[in-house]
Amino acid sequence: MKKNASYEEFVKGIWRDNPVFAQVLGMCPMLAVTNSAVNAIAMGMATMFVLVGSSFLVSTFRRVIPKQVRISCFIIVIATFVTIADYTLLALVPRVHKELGAFIPLIVANCLILGRQEAFASRYPTKLAVMDALGMACGFLVALFSLGAVREILGDGALFGIRLFGESFEPWVIMILPPGGFLTLGLILLFFNWFTQKKNDFLADVAGSEGRGG
Amino acid sequence: MREREPKLLLFHAPLLRQATTTPKAMRDVIYALLPATGAAVWFFGLGAILVLSASILGAVAAEWLFGSRAAGAAGCLRGRSLLDGSGLLTGLLLGLTLPPGLPLWMAFLGGFVGITLGKLIWGGLGQNLFNPALLGRAFLLATFPIAMTTWVPAAAGTGLTDLYPGSLALPFMQSGIDGVTAATPLGLMKFEQEATPLAALAFGNTGGSLGETSGLLLLLGGLYLWLRRDLDWRIPVGILLTVASFSFCLGLFDAGRFPAPLFSVFSGGLLLGAIYMATDPVTSPVTPKGAWVFGVGVGLLVMLIRVFGGLPEGVMYAILLMNAATPLIDRYTQPRVFGYGVGSE
Amino acid sequence: MTTGGRNQRAPGSLRLVATLAVAGLISGVAIIGIYESTLPTITANKARELRAAVFEVLPGVSRMQALVYRDGGLVAVPEPGEDEAVVYGGYDERSAFVGYAMPGAGPGFQDTIALLYGYRPDERLVVGMEILESRETPGLGDKIYKDAEFVAEFGALSVEPEIVAVRKGTGTAPNEVDAITGATISANAVVRIINETHAAWAGRLPPPGGEPAFVEPGPEGGTGR
Repeated sequence: MKKNASYEEFVKGIWRDNPVFAQVLGMCPMLAVTNSAVNAIAMGMATMFVLVGSSFLVSTFRRVIPKQVRISCFIIVIATFVTIADYTLLALVPRVHKELGAFIPLIVANCLILGRQEAFASRYPTKLAVMDALGMACGFLVALFSLGAVREILGDGALFGIRLFGESFEPWVIMILPPGGFLTLGLILLFFNWFTQKKNDFLADVAGSEGRGG
Repeated sequence: MREREPKLLLFHAPLLRQATTTPKAMRDVIYALLPATGAAVWFFGLGAILVLSASILGAVAAEWLFGSRAAGAAGCLRGRSLLDGSGLLTGLLLGLTLPPGLPLWMAFLGGFVGITLGKLIWGGLGQNLFNPALLGRAFLLATFPIAMTTWVPAAAGTGLTDLYPGSLALPFMQSGIDGVTAATPLGLMKFEQEATPLAALAFGNTGGSLGETSGLLLLLGGLYLWLRRDLDWRIPVGILLTVASFSFCLGLFDAGRFPAPLFSVFSGGLLLGAIYMATDPVTSPVTPKGAWVFGVGVGLLVMLIRVFGGLPEGVMYAILLMNAATPLIDRYTQPRVFGYGVGSE
Repeated sequence: MTTGGRNQRAPGSLRLVATLAVAGLISGVAIIGIYESTLPTITANKARELRAAVFEVLPGVSRMQALVYRDGGLVAVPEPGEDEAVVYGGYDERSAFVGYAMPGAGPGFQDTIALLYGYRPDERLVVGMEILESRETPGLGDKIYKDAEFVAEFGALSVEPEIVAVRKGTGTAPNEVDAITGATISANAVVRIINETHAAWAGRLPPPGGEPAFVEPGPEGGTGR
């Protein structure tokens, strides 16, 4: 059962409780840096590093941190990890760092991260907290990537910089600009909710017919 | 299953039949646009017909695909909302704001986006905040800025056989071929300080969007709409007067640098926007005082964008911005209910 | 599920302060650690980028040094101060002066454009231009660095009397640049930045032939960073 519990914590973040599609958290990086798939993945990885690291620390020390100063402690932990991510990216991949710019330091303000510390990591054992963080970060990565891929394909005719439609492709400039982020996110949310509703209807149907049959 | 015919028809009050219905109003606007559409075909030939058809097709396709869903009523037939003609009108209006040589797939996309994002996503006809045709155009302008600002010269009686080579570009592809291009009168004014003669503006023998070339025919259509009571005259009058007086005032400072009042009124998409788009009953204020505020606001924004902004033309953004302000205008210009005086609150 | 068994009685202020202090201390140590360990790589990256840009805009250059204007003349300094205006002198293999790489910045259509251009004072020509930073509109304004034709316009450009951007296809005079269709504002901004930078430095550059000589780097120093 123990294994199933941590598996459950991992999986829920990817689809059912997806931080973007279901909880609508972390909108700032979601809209700002998803104009290409590479940027989206870099931001997703940086967020994953910060989220998993902070969840691990916060959960490990959850009995030591007094309730009154917990938010300050969370922020110190998160900010430290963000700074580490910032310098590491600057040293290793300066090109990506230049593209992401101010949004790396702004990971501190991503409500997804602080939210997970407060809602989960500070209440559950380390193993579960790390699994939850991994799941949420993966869900965030999936969301960032799907947005980034759609925007790069339409806005630049390419994916990961590889041209998909030949040279005469007419780029949809709006997709790379901020409005394209809002449009794409809105359409993806529309699809997610439509799909969830369909699924629930289907499940209700099945349950209903089974109820009648039995 | 067919409804059974009732034996006895019973009516309740009001017994006076209301003559104006949505389909009728939409039909009137379409009739009013016919002269200007004809002029577009006369000046731009087959290209005009193709672009207009493509944008109408896009709008109607979107309406057909998603319309019944947005209508929300259970059992509503797919495509039912097509019958009121509003999708057709949106497509036509959008088509008239497009450059004649635009690739057809872009025109189709514009119509599609205008209806989905501009109307259906808000809940269908009557629920939308922004004018769907202009929203479609704003989307196209932001998405394909080069194609949307490449104008071909007008040539009266081009003949129905001539086709702009760029029109037939494959979907998602550039037109690739550089045709003959022309500048719009406003572009000439802004970037080359060159005024176009007024006669050309009035009759429409200038470069520009399909429907913005012939000022007189647009005015004629407006007159028809006003006679049929389909139009709140305060809005176009407010817009045109504001634009004319603003540019008259600017002319007092430096007549050479700023456009003359009549040039301002007849150039660009001002007449098309003022008569057919700003007056969209869904997205403009319903109160008489509000209509004046709306008209003057659009006029001011148009002139601010044209004279001080980076773009040569600003009618579209001006109307969209005032669309956003419409609920607020309506709230602040509510007429006092009879019998409720000061202090009755 | 277990819930975090928090201490229910209120902890004293001392405990709160101590927790925060310890957390801050650990965080500080971690940050200093990462800063110290990445600093050499980051500095090296920046220097390499700058060298690449200077060599790009000044063809035929293989050495460079930073020059600043001090006491009425240009002097070579290995480490220019933060607030000093810097140009870079480019020299060939025999340490003969070739030209200046001049950094300039100014407002573009969206945000500040920062660029570097190569200038040969003997011929009074701009010989190359590279955009270092810009947030111009993708697909339009970004042609100022993505459009090879536009960048090539700056390959041999006279600064007399000043550079002007003209409509595409009409540039004939040696001081005329073909602007980009649909991105006139960005193209004009590039031209304006170069003109302004040139005007700002015109009085400070020594007459041709009087440029500071190349200073051989010390045993441990880089080639003028």
